[in-house]
Amino acid sequence: MSPASPQFPLLLASVLFSLGLLGVLVRRNLLFVLMSIEIMINAAALAFVAAGSRWAQPDGQVMFLMVLTLAAAETSVGLAMLLQLQRRFRTLDTDAASEMRG
Amino acid sequence: MESTLYLEATVAVLATALAITNYNPLHALLYLIVSLLAVAMVFFSIGAPFAGVLEVIIYAGAIMVLFVFVVMLLNLGKATVDQERRWLHPRTWIGPGLLSAALLLELARILVRESTGVGVAARPIAATQVGMALYGPYLLAVELASMLLLAGLVTAFHLGRHE
Repeated sequence: MSPASPQFPLLLASVLFSLGLLGVLVRRNLLFVLMSIEIMINAAALAFVAAGSRWAQPDGQVMFLMVLTLAAAETSVGLAMLLQLQRRFRTLDTDAASEMRG
Repeated sequence: MESTLYLEATVAVLATALAITNYNPLHALLYLIVSLLAVAMVFFSIGAPFAGVLEVIIYAGAIMVLFVFVVMLLNLGKATVDQERRWLHPRTWIGPGLLSAALLLELARILVRESTGVGVAARPIAATQVGMALYGPYLLAVELASMLLLAGLVTAFHLGRHE
C-alpha cells in the first residue's frame, strides 16, 4: 500500500481512534478519559480531512473546522465537570461519581 | 516525500500510545501534544495546509493549554515544588523531545531538499477554497457552530463557579 493512496491516512485515523477508544475503556482517571476522547475526535477529523484531500474538495476541511469547534466546546464543559468532581469528591476517579440512581 | 508520511504516522501512533499508557497527567499531555503536531504534519503532507495550521494553533495550542491549566489547578499544594524538581529530570522530557526532534528533522529535510512543498497530494486545497465553501454553502453550519460555542461557554461558566 502506497502512502500516497487515500487508504493510508484513513488507516492512521482508524489506529488513532482505536487507541483513543482503548484509553476511554481502560483508564479510570477522568483527565485521561477526556484526553482519550480528544484523541478520538482528532482521529475523526483526520478522516474528514483525508477524504476531502482524496476528492480535492474543501468540504473535508470545513468539517474539520466544525469538529474543532465541537472539540473546544467539549473540552471546556468536560474540564469544568472535572473541576467539580475534584471539588466534591476530592478524587478524579470516575467510579466516585456513580452515586446517581435512576 | 512518501517516507515523510510514514514517519509522521509512526510518531503520531507512538506518541498516542505513550499518552494513554502514562501514569503522570503532565507527561501524558506532552505526548499528546507531540501526537497532535504529528497529525498536523500529516495534514500538511496530504495537501490540507489550512487544517494543519489550525491543528497547531487551536488543538495543540489552545485546547492543550486548557488541559495543562486544569492539571496545574489540581496540583496546588506544598508537594508541588518537589514535584516540579522531579519533573525536570531528563527522563521526563527525553521521550517527547526525541519524537519532536524526528518531526523537526523531517521539516528541515523538506525545507532544504524539496522546496516545492506540495506533499503527496496532487492538488493541495488552499485556505481560500475553504473560506469560500465556509461562507457559501456552509453558512448555516457556521452559525450553528457559534451557537455551540456559546452553549459551551455558558455551561463551563455555570459548572465552574464556586458555590
